[in-house]
Amino acid sequence: MRLTSRYRFSASHRLDTPALSPQENQKLYGKCNNPHGHGHDYVLEITVDGPVDADGQVVNREALDAVVRERVLARLDHKNLNADIPELAGSVTTTENLATLVRKSLLDGWTLPAGLSGVRISETARNTFELEVA
Amino acid sequence: MFLTRKAEFSASHVCANPAWSAERNQAVYGNNANPNGHGHNYVLEVTLTGDPDPVTGMVFDLRELKEILNREVVDPMDHRFLNKEVPPFDRVIPTTENLAVEIWKRIEPQITREGVSLHNVRLYETGDLYVDYGGKR
Repeated sequence: MRLTSRYRFSASHRLDTPALSPQENQKLYGKCNNPHGHGHDYVLEITVDGPVDADGQVVNREALDAVVRERVLARLDHKNLNADIPELAGSVTTTENLATLVRKSLLDGWTLPAGLSGVRISETARNTFELEVA
Repeated sequence: MFLTRKAEFSASHVCANPAWSAERNQAVYGNNANPNGHGHNYVLEVTLTGDPDPVTGMVFDLRELKEILNREVVDPMDHRFLNKEVPPFDRVIPTTENLAVEIWKRIEPQITREGVSLHNVRLYETGDLYVDYGGKR
């Protein structure tokens, strides 16, 4: 049985890589390269997988919410992803890289009985990035 | 090919083990343990898998699928207090997980036929929380 819970956080970022010239960055990332940055209301979906326990649950909701809140939302919500998140320093703050960071943040020290099986982030309603957890 | 049909029902429930203290129920089920119950607008998505019939072009007759969902799920559960009115939830705690398992049990025998099987039951308790159940694996 899989259980998916949805969360939200808002953050700003700018897509830019030092590997390319300003002109190349502008061409590659378009509006996302705006030097002053811009922001999104990200939607995060976390999926856990496991057997239904004697309580009738895959996972204790409040325990899952607490893990996501502490490890992810508290660190990302209302932050500048380029400036405020040390783990993203040196990498482009694409939603792909953000999803990879969220997966790592959750897996490091994961203690819930159900396993983490998926991380999905929507940058906007039109762009969604999904990582399965092996 | 996968075919998904959606249905909605609204119901109240309590998630609490009668053998436990109020404190323990609160710790396990949070505010779902409120003894007087509370409600949700459940959204059910059932996904079938099979090949389209060469004559009809359909994996499954959608009208029949709607009738199965209405008869087995919506009619007995919509606007009901699950713990009091919908067996087995007088003795099984109606978590979303257990509700998904019960829905699977009710509809799977009526859907399974030559070339068609039930693939997944997705049940949204709220827009922000859902479970997926694919039967016993």
